[in-house]
Amino acid sequence: MATKEYPVIWLQAAGCTGCSVSALNAVSPKIKNLLLDEIVPGKHINLRFQATIMAGEGEPVIEVLRDTQKEKKGEYILIVEGAIPTAAGGIYGSIGEEGGKPATILKRVEDLGRDAQMTIALGSCAAYGGIPAAKPNPTGCQGVKEVFENKKIKTLVINLPGCPMHPDWFLGTISMILLSGTSLDLDEIARPKLFYGKLIHENCPRRADFDKGKFAEALGEEGCLYKLGCKGHYTYADCPLRQWNNGLNWCIKAGSPCLGCVEPEFPDLTSPFYEKITWEDVKCKKL
Amino acid sequence: MQKIVIDPITRIEGHLAIEVMVDKGIVKEAKSSGTLFRGFELILKGRDPRDANRLTQRICGVCPASHATASALGLDSAFGLSDKIPDNGRIIRNLILGANFLQSHILHFYHLAALDYVDVSSAIGEVAPFVPRYEGDYRLPSKVNQSALNHYLGALDIRRKAHEMLAIFGGKMPHNVAVVPGGVTEKPTIDKITNFLWRLNEIREFIENAYIPDILAVAKTYKDYFEIGKGCQNLLAYGVFELRKGKFLKSGIISEKLECNNFEAENITEDVKHSWYADSTSGKRPAQGETHPEPEKKGGYSFIKSPRYGGKVYELGPLARMVVNYALNGPVRNLRSPGKSSQSSGVKSLINSLLAELNAKPSALFSVLGRHAARALECKIVAEAMASWLEELKPGEPMYITYEIPQKSEGIGLTEAPRGALGHWIKVKDKKIERYQVITPTSWNASPKDDRDQPGPIEQAIIGTKIKDEENPFEIVRIVRSFDPCLACAVHLITAKGKRLGEFKIG
Repeated sequence: MATKEYPVIWLQAAGCTGCSVSALNAVSPKIKNLLLDEIVPGKHINLRFQATIMAGEGEPVIEVLRDTQKEKKGEYILIVEGAIPTAAGGIYGSIGEEGGKPATILKRVEDLGRDAQMTIALGSCAAYGGIPAAKPNPTGCQGVKEVFENKKIKTLVINLPGCPMHPDWFLGTISMILLSGTSLDLDEIARPKLFYGKLIHENCPRRADFDKGKFAEALGEEGCLYKLGCKGHYTYADCPLRQWNNGLNWCIKAGSPCLGCVEPEFPDLTSPFYEKITWEDVKCKKL
Repeated sequence: MQKIVIDPITRIEGHLAIEVMVDKGIVKEAKSSGTLFRGFELILKGRDPRDANRLTQRICGVCPASHATASALGLDSAFGLSDKIPDNGRIIRNLILGANFLQSHILHFYHLAALDYVDVSSAIGEVAPFVPRYEGDYRLPSKVNQSALNHYLGALDIRRKAHEMLAIFGGKMPHNVAVVPGGVTEKPTIDKITNFLWRLNEIREFIENAYIPDILAVAKTYKDYFEIGKGCQNLLAYGVFELRKGKFLKSGIISEKLECNNFEAENITEDVKHSWYADSTSGKRPAQGETHPEPEKKGGYSFIKSPRYGGKVYELGPLARMVVNYALNGPVRNLRSPGKSSQSSGVKSLINSLLAELNAKPSALFSVLGRHAARALECKIVAEAMASWLEELKPGEPMYITYEIPQKSEGIGLTEAPRGALGHWIKVKDKKIERYQVITPTSWNASPKDDRDQPGPIEQAIIGTKIKDEENPFEIVRIVRSFDPCLACAVHLITAKGKRLGEFKIG
């Protein structure tokens, strides 16, 4: 049986490339498998555009964007990494040229998003604006969903937040898409429940310390990190169970409070990172 | 004159466009222009100074450990902690930074630069994302090419393991959580040290058996690239990896005669004549630096400023660090290689034996291949040093000290990213960040012309280059990538009016 090809375009917007690097840290399957093999039997990701690893550059790779949009309309998956600068018509970021002028990231995301089968917003910047959208948001950065809503683009958006996102969350979502298309079990802010369904606090190895009232008073001490600013009690991700970098470690295990990096409130409302902020405080600040 | 625009330049970090003017096959002018601005310095203002340590890492997902280090050193100095960091804290910071040096150098050679020299399509077919590409100058003998391709795939695992090694002490990567002012949050325990050591041993074997031999193989086949991309030939290093006294790789400035002079941070200024910032902010020292964008400014073509040292143009990076330490006869020590007997290796002996093997003079280091070779040798030297630092860790002893944030103070953090010297300058007022300035290595290397109209290092390295095939300008992209640019770091904007005119496009 012929292998089914899934054309994918991976655009880097206003970000740090950290989610691309995190994807390279995938263990099983490895990134090599994603590029060369059938991730799911009979199905292969055809990664046509990814600026960090692709061989080509300049006008020929911009041509790949145009061709894919035209020839694979409604078929290709768009991955966006980084936030989208929208201030002053999007002049703060561009990728390549159209008609002899720099083409804004905003325009590229709108155009490619409109004709995509679905869009994956990779990392907290693409999902909600993230760090570049932090106060005073100098470039008017927005997440993909907000950009689509403003332009009434109906394409499904899957949010995979995190700063960066965990490689398992990315590859797991890709596998789910290859197996079941667009019918994914998402929460109310479009995150797959499989990865973002559990509260960090519920599964934290320091939970017993919290229950006993044993709190660390300084970094490096044993005990729950609540008083040192841990945001694990309103952050939904499976970090304590999955852990990071091949399951070796994660923020709280390394003695650091959770920064709440997968939540839409990151970073403005989950900071100061080393000060206690309750969910009540966050709700007040949101109002 | 023919104009060539390459936008985007891929296989670098971030958004970069290069525009050159070519006359009879020779580059006469070159403009390096970043195409993304995020405004980190504006975002940091008014925040808790400790948060800078987490937020500045997000400037760059490829070298976050360097920003964490620069920020921690800057905050240490602002908080009066510089001479109080426990040895365990100092060493673990070095191991975290070192692990990312190894990751970054291996990623850079195999996954970013190698596709300019290694023909992937001949081995695996015309598969995305390995096509389209520039064609016509893949020269490696097929056996060498196949071996390098195998190492391309193997290096994906090795660089991942370098990040795993980092996470053992850093919590996670990219964007570690352990490096903080006052030391680190993660404790050194025997199991972690052992786990780290055996990942390091595997990486060292790869450097020895794949990375360095592949660099030599490329160098022997593409010998002309010892003559291409010479650049400004002034080199600058801040030095990196804190020892109890001084730094493991030393600081210094180097002229083309390979003489080394002391580096003094107060000689750094930033020009903006050709950058989209208000002229009134030109020539300032970083501690007084200001960021007033003027996207319509006449004569501007980049939102990267032009950092200069004593008014002169300097190149930063592994080449600078290696040549400074060559001139100063930097780290020489008896180091054990895994499975081998004790051997002596220092910057000078390593560079001399490399030059001898390639039958090249020290001046050949100022080139595309010189930069790649310096990066590979540094990778070996840093990995060796890390093995000895691991042995200096003392489980059970402190790795962090507590402190009070002062009402008012200033700090400076100077270190090195894999791609060159990195500085953070912070001013604290009312326990909040009043001013935060970052000067990244790519700001120097990819800078536009300065107030005296001197082109930046990458521009200088491109100007004068002979382009064999204007449809496939390999020379330009090979020169640019030899600097390992990191554009997310270099913070910039693009003009509303489209300053880069596309009269002639490649492809």
